[in-house]
Amino acid sequence: MVSLAIAPGPRPLRLVRHSFALAKRSLIKTWRTPEALIDVTLQPVLFLVLFVYIFGGAISGNTHDYLQFLLPGILAQTIATGCISIGVNLNTDMEKGIFDRFRSLPIPRAAPLLGAVLGDIVRYVIVTAVTIGFGYILGFRVTTNFFEALAGCALAVLFALCLSWMPVFVGMKVRTPGAVQGMMFALILPLSFASSVFVSPTTLPGWMQAFVKVNPLTHLVGAMRGLFLGTPIGNHIWWTLAWCAGFVVVFMPLALRAYRKKV
Amino acid sequence: MTSELIIEAVGLQKHFGATKALQGVDLAVRRGTVLGVLGPNGAGKTTAVRILSTLLTPDAGRATIAGYDVVRDAEKVRQKIGLTGQYASVDEDLTGRQNLELFGTLLELGRAGSRKRATELLEWFDLSDAANRVAKTYSGGMRRRLDLAASLVGSPDVIFLDEPTTGLDPSKREDMWDVVRQLVANGSTVLLTTQYLEEADALADEITVIDHGRVIAHDTPEGLKRVVGGLTLEVRPAEPGDLPRAAEILTKVSSGTKADEIRRGVLAVPVADDSAMTEAVSWLAAAKIPVTELSLHLPSLDEVFFTLTGPKSNTKKEEVAV
Repeated sequence: MVSLAIAPGPRPLRLVRHSFALAKRSLIKTWRTPEALIDVTLQPVLFLVLFVYIFGGAISGNTHDYLQFLLPGILAQTIATGCISIGVNLNTDMEKGIFDRFRSLPIPRAAPLLGAVLGDIVRYVIVTAVTIGFGYILGFRVTTNFFEALAGCALAVLFALCLSWMPVFVGMKVRTPGAVQGMMFALILPLSFASSVFVSPTTLPGWMQAFVKVNPLTHLVGAMRGLFLGTPIGNHIWWTLAWCAGFVVVFMPLALRAYRKKV
Repeated sequence: MTSELIIEAVGLQKHFGATKALQGVDLAVRRGTVLGVLGPNGAGKTTAVRILSTLLTPDAGRATIAGYDVVRDAEKVRQKIGLTGQYASVDEDLTGRQNLELFGTLLELGRAGSRKRATELLEWFDLSDAANRVAKTYSGGMRRRLDLAASLVGSPDVIFLDEPTTGLDPSKREDMWDVVRQLVANGSTVLLTTQYLEEADALADEITVIDHGRVIAHDTPEGLKRVVGGLTLEVRPAEPGDLPRAAEILTKVSSGTKADEIRRGVLAVPVADDSAMTEAVSWLAAAKIPVTELSLHLPSLDEVFFTLTGPKSNTKKEEVAV
């Protein structure tokens, strides 16, 4: 039999190439099952409509002001909940034989996980586009400029990519897809409500304000409000980036270790 | 060169909690041959394959593939092997072609190389027409073929087939056997696990029988059959009244051994080889004895185990009964 020469090449390059090949795989899967995109398409639309028209008047006096305030928050919240599915999907995938095959191939062990995370960029771009697009229909307007708004969107997508290592880790550790969903939801829900997503934190009790101040979503929302609307941005961008780095530094090695150990 | 061991495992042990999956298993396969690993469900076959294919690390013992240690040189081992597990390990949301091209890319065949290899394999496994269909829509047999094709993308030297025909109907089983024979003809080495002595007999150069995580026999198919008993010819005459005459003929076919009525209306005799089948058919026809059933059997796995471990498992049963 003709043995095809396998030229390994430098490791980091291979990791990139293999991860992209596997990212393409998850893109094809997303494409084939568009219903898996509901959480990043229908959910932001529903949340915008419900929150703007139910709470808008009560919180901001009129719906337009609340829409301006709320939209970056809804984007942050949907991006955080949108991360959950990667953990659920990987947990489901691990049960099938396909991961056995990946692990029996001479590819860097990180590639299947990295590929899955990269493939999800598309989901985060979709959620950003849907939220802002639908917001524009309702009357949302960026008051800074195109480039700052674009930077805000890029920050949101970056945040999602880094945060998704947490559900990836949970997906490797927990036994059933349902448990991944439940556990991640229990983590994301308090994060998204005890933040500046829906209301200005000044009305909250002191102990909760302390939590809100360190909450990564507060910083992401603060940064996006600054970039979309020109509100005072303070250190929000830096804190957001620091949290991003933190998620990757902590959860990526944990996820890879759990993946390696998984029988 | 032919005596070179390409797969060698010594004293493999693996525990999962209290379950002792492997309790010191030795395996040896010469380059270009087929080893059949025969055993019932839960014997440790899959665990052994998972260790040899670097998916699991053994608790004790060592194993090498083409001289590379499966733990220390796992990456080198992975370049040498192809694995087809018990469960289809292809992506069901991808088409057959996309699956094969993905593995081609991951194996560094390049874009054009991956495409070419995918086309070759799709053709070989008779999947060309289904190439652009999502694997989810494939039948069980097609999935198995795609699965096997996927493990051959990198033209591996060593191929692990974990129960490749379990759940396939008999005609598909024969197709799979032909594929295994072609692989060996092309110079590959195959380790296949199976629950059927028939399958191991049809394909393997040597057979290792394992049970409860231990090797209980290792031999050539001929050697093993000498121990556990060879072929049995079974005949069911259409008319019960023909039984005595049919028994006489069968006794002649087996050159002297008396035919037994093993079930109501079914006669059985041990025979030397499959030529006994044609002999029996022509003699029964000459005697004008119509038959409704005529078949040639190797001992079933149960019978193999009864012979190899018989007394021990008997005592076990008694203990349970008490």
